[in-house]
Amino acid sequence: MIQKSAVVKQSKKILPPTSIGFALLIQLALPDSPLQKAAARPYFLYLLLILTGIYAVAYAVSFFAPRLDSYLAYHGPLYAGIILFFNILNVFTLKFVVLPVLFFPSLDRIVETFLHDRIFLLKCVLFSLRLLATGFFFGAVVGFFSGVLLGFSRRAAYWLNPVVKVLGPIPTTAWIPLALSSFPTSYSASVFLIAFTVWFQVALMTSSGIQSINKSYFEVSRTLGASNSYQIWHVAVPGAMPSIFLGLFNGTCGSFITLMTAEMVGTSAGIGWYINWQKQMMVYSGVYTGLFIIAVVCSLILTLLFKVRGRLLVWQKGVIKW
Amino acid sequence: MVGNLSIRHVTRVFEKTRPEEDTVTAFRDLSIDIEPGKFVSFIGPSGCGKSTLLRIVSGLDEPTEGEVFLDGEAVKEPGSEIGFAFQQANLFPWMTIRDNVAFGLKARHIYKEKKKDVDEFIRLVGLEDFRHAYPHQVSGGMAQRASLARALVGHPKVLLLDEPLGALDAFTRMNMQDEIMRIWRESGMTMLMVTHDVDEAVYLSDQVVIMTPRPAKIQETVVINLPRPRARNQDVFISYRKRILDALNYGGVIHQPEYNL
Repeated sequence: MIQKSAVVKQSKKILPPTSIGFALLIQLALPDSPLQKAAARPYFLYLLLILTGIYAVAYAVSFFAPRLDSYLAYHGPLYAGIILFFNILNVFTLKFVVLPVLFFPSLDRIVETFLHDRIFLLKCVLFSLRLLATGFFFGAVVGFFSGVLLGFSRRAAYWLNPVVKVLGPIPTTAWIPLALSSFPTSYSASVFLIAFTVWFQVALMTSSGIQSINKSYFEVSRTLGASNSYQIWHVAVPGAMPSIFLGLFNGTCGSFITLMTAEMVGTSAGIGWYINWQKQMMVYSGVYTGLFIIAVVCSLILTLLFKVRGRLLVWQKGVIKW
Repeated sequence: MVGNLSIRHVTRVFEKTRPEEDTVTAFRDLSIDIEPGKFVSFIGPSGCGKSTLLRIVSGLDEPTEGEVFLDGEAVKEPGSEIGFAFQQANLFPWMTIRDNVAFGLKARHIYKEKKKDVDEFIRLVGLEDFRHAYPHQVSGGMAQRASLARALVGHPKVLLLDEPLGALDAFTRMNMQDEIMRIWRESGMTMLMVTHDVDEAVYLSDQVVIMTPRPAKIQETVVINLPRPRARNQDVFISYRKRILDALNYGGVIHQPEYNL
């Protein structure tokens, strides 16, 4: 039994290099179609060779590092699948040209655009991140405090709840005309739009989180002599923390959408603007490059948020499943 | 240590929530004085307003009429002078056991001076090894002990116990009774307990207050004249038990009283 599972493990680890080898074979054996505009260099080939190098090192090390060994065995099939996907894409776009050339450039050209525009892309990413961070910060802070107010004070809830309920569900994009005309710069208008998205989600989830805290926690803290303000910070907020994080997640995901929309209409920099600009120039390799960068950046941000949540909510392990 | 509790003509009427319902009177014109340092149990059928009475004494609930006085001062809202041990442990799940126990001291900004008390009470309830655990990592009995330590650490004058052992199994329960007894004797605080368990009431109390169903009245107060520590299977103990059960009409078979207490 043990031997059999060891064999399965080792064969899973060999899947990615097999997939790379298969891709290399096709890349080298089949001629490129003349219909597809050639890139300066065969970047996809380079990418495959780099991957081969990295994997060779990891594979060698894995025999001495049990954790890396299990990691490679677990992720082996997935990595092999991803490489196969790009292999097929390469065949469809570069070798046989089954897809329209204009909208589906070869992988070589996407990598080429990425490398060629790298400094400019970095600037775009930084611009977007600055916009996102500013908007997110204001939205989260205001959302948190209005959520606490709504959740804890009945009078505040009486007056603010209708405001939140009426304004909140309006899609952020519907605010664009108003935002653009009432803010001095399109940048500040974009900040407002992103902040608005985050604000609604965070405020809603914070207040509902506080309201759904078991009432006995408040009774316990009152009999222990806790003041109202102490209860807010030591009972209401920590108790609502899981829900607040849910609001932050929803807000973050919403803010990505808002960011893209805001950049496509309002700003003249940023990754969303870049995609739109490339599309207008009919440079679809640039569009894909932009999409790839967005995917990486957004999932990095979400991973970061997950890590922070894991740190703050250790007490939850085993209490609430996500 | 004082802890002179005086319940004066307290009435609690629950307003109807829908027009077709009737208002519910939990109890009417209830008065009782409790001497400092006594252990008094309230026993009676479900829904006779025992818990409501404790909530009023603590200040968590307001009486419709009447007042509760602690050492001559009217109780208006909950505070650290009157501790409350709830039926559920209700530990804050986001704090470790130690932080839970320290909560009251921190909330009153006297934690720095009283740090030692926290550890002392954690030791008293036998949770030294679990002080850094989170509530979901400990058993129900441990959680209940921690919640008892949390209620006690601020040295309230009066401790109210609302069936604090109701959710525990029989053996843990008996151990906890001994622990409560020990804490009561060492601290000298006044304790009021609501329970459904006649044995528990006889085992712990100086006085057992028997209440009638709604609207609740005090049917009679049985003074338990037994030295401590008490033995649960002593003859006198069992006689007290019978007497209280008879008063509650749970004696079972009809018989002549065979005791004279």
